Amino acid sequence: MNILLWGLVTGVLFGFLLQKARVLRYDKQLGALRLIDMTIVKFMLSTVLVGMVGIYLLSDLGLLAVKPKAAVLGANIIGGLIFGVGWGLVGYCPGTSLGALGEGRWDAIWAILGMIFGAGLFAEVYPGLKRTVLAWGDLGKITLPQVLGINHWLVIGAMFVLVLPLFWWFERKGL
Amino acid sequence: MRQAEKGSWNPYLAGALSGLVAVLSVYYTGKWFGASTSFVRTAGMIEELFSPERVARMDYFIKETPEVEWQWMFVVGILLGSLIAAVTSGSFRWQLLPDMWQARFGSGSKVARALTAFIGGAILLFGARMAGGCPSGHGLSGIMQLSVSGFIALVCFFAGGLITARLVYGGGKNR
Repeated sequence: MNILLWGLVTGVLFGFLLQKARVLRYDKQLGALRLIDMTIVKFMLSTVLVGMVGIYLLSDLGLLAVKPKAAVLGANIIGGLIFGVGWGLVGYCPGTSLGALGEGRWDAIWAILGMIFGAGLFAEVYPGLKRTVLAWGDLGKITLPQVLGINHWLVIGAMFVLVLPLFWWFERKGL
Repeated sequence: MRQAEKGSWNPYLAGALSGLVAVLSVYYTGKWFGASTSFVRTAGMIEELFSPERVARMDYFIKETPEVEWQWMFVVGILLGSLIAAVTSGSFRWQLLPDMWQARFGSGSKVARALTAFIGGAILLFGARMAGGCPSGHGLSGIMQLSVSGFIALVCFFAGGLITARLVYGGGKNR
């Protein structure tokens, strides 16, 4: 099958699930950021728990390659914080903005136009950033198991041990 | 416990299924979930309409070619998937002001919402490109690979978002 068609089909499945879980909405995203509704956190953490088991299982079997993005402290931290500030204002992230539009929340159109504008702005200043922020504290393409020097299944196990009680706590508190 | 909306799915289940879709995507096509790069490509495609020679010379558009590829179709697919899920479950609703926003700023805040969404969108995408990804690329794909960059970025996304949400809505849990 054509790779573009795969992209579309994968996106349709993901968008369907995002809408079904009601995580596309401004109210849900701000709900998490205001610590009053953890729906999106439940969704994201469930995705990564299943994902990390699947990815590392297939990787151990030699069926796929783990390809982490480089950890660059300056870029990840400063960029991440800037993203967070914008996210708190918009209430949609890049992927969910399209999904929000799909369920009729058309303030997402303004968000999407802003995101395209922000992308264009980044392209303008990229040459300067490349020499500075994007190079500060470049640790390379590292994973947590590599840094800790332990087997990845120990890290995955630890993630489950940390996240499952968190889920239990969310439910207990009705978050 | 919070009352589940009619037709919605449990976020743990929908999240887990998304994890499965993410793993299958990497297995079959080698493509990881992500969204923010597509906004760069779109910005480049729009700028090409006005000054193709300039776009062809810009470093960032040389790095992220302005073209429709897998992820771009994935992002469009999210819109379609959400539309399908919303229409079939009767939860599609044309809405400019999110409920939580309207409760805080009133029904006359349409221009303010549009401006906030646009400006926030620009800030958010700028930050995402600086950080090297958004909640999909870093948060989901990064953390399921246990990448150090994914953990750092996700913590910073939420840190920036928590602070901003607090500034926009104040403390407390009143909605």
